Amino acid sequence: MTIADFLPSLLGGMAIGLAAAMLLALNGRVAGVSGIVSGLWRRTDTGPMTSLAFVIGLVLGPVLFLAVFGTFPKIEIGTPLWLLALGGLLVGYGSRLGSGCTSGHGVIGLARLSPRSMAAVATFLTTAVATVAAMRAAGLS
Amino acid sequence: MNVARLIVSLAAGLVFGFGLALSGMLDPSRVRGFLDVTGPWDPSLAFVLGGAVLVAAVGMLIVRAMSRPVLDDRFHLPPTRPVDRRLVSGSAIFGIGWGMAGLCPGPAIAGMAVGLPASMIFLAAMILGMAAHDLTKPNVAAPVAI
Repeated sequence: MTIADFLPSLLGGMAIGLAAAMLLALNGRVAGVSGIVSGLWRRTDTGPMTSLAFVIGLVLGPVLFLAVFGTFPKIEIGTPLWLLALGGLLVGYGSRLGSGCTSGHGVIGLARLSPRSMAAVATFLTTAVATVAAMRAAGLS
Repeated sequence: MNVARLIVSLAAGLVFGFGLALSGMLDPSRVRGFLDVTGPWDPSLAFVLGGAVLVAAVGMLIVRAMSRPVLDDRFHLPPTRPVDRRLVSGSAIFGIGWGMAGLCPGPAIAGMAVGLPASMIFLAAMILGMAAHDLTKPNVAAPVAI
C-alpha cells in the first residue's frame, strides 16, 4: 500500500469529521445521516427544512468533487440487484432501530467515547464482515 | 425558520458529501473490499474512519469548552442510556445490509449525484426500511440523530 492509496481516504475522512464538528459547534446537532434523513418525515423540534438542507448538501458533495477533479468518484457495484434491495431494507430498518449508522455512531459517537456507539460499531462491523465472508463462501460476490 | 442554521446544515452536508466522494466510501466495491477480511482485504478505508474520528474528537474538545452552540441555546445530544437490545439488534441488522450492498445511508444519499440505477434501487429500499421502522415503532424513535 502506498500513500496514494490511503491519503484521499484520510483527507476525505477528515472532511467528514470537520462537517460533523461544525454541525455540532454551530447548530448543536449530531451529523448522523440516518437520523437526519428520517427528520424529513418524523416530527422533530426543528422541522424538516434543516434535514432537507443537509441532504441537499450531501448530494452536492460529489458534484463539488466533479467540479474540482473533472470526474465523478469511481462507483462499482457487483452485488446482484435483489441483494442490493434486501441490503437497503436492512440498512434502513437497522439504522433506525439501532438509533444510528456509520456516521452517527461511527464518527460522532466514537469521538464522544459513547459506550452505546462503541457497542453499535463493534456489532455492525462484526455482522458486516461476517456477511461479506458468507457471500464470498456462497459465491455471491 | 433560522436561515443561518439552514446555511450551516447545507454547508455541513456539502463538506460531508465531498469527504465521502474523496474518501472512496461512495464505491461499494471498495467498502466491501474493506470488509472482506477473508479475501483480498483492502484496509485503506480504515483511514476514513480514523481521520473522521480524529477531527471530530478535536471538535468535541472545542464543543466541551462551549456553553452553547453558536446558533442555538443548547446542544441536542442523545441522552446517555445503557446499551440495550434495540441498539444491538438494530446495529446487527444494519451491518448485514451494509455488508451485502457495501452502502450505508451517507453514501447512498450522496450517490444520488452520480445516479446509477443500482444505487437508486438501494436508496429506495433503504428509505422504505427506515419508514417501515418509524411507522411501526413511532414511540421509540429518538428525537435526535444518534
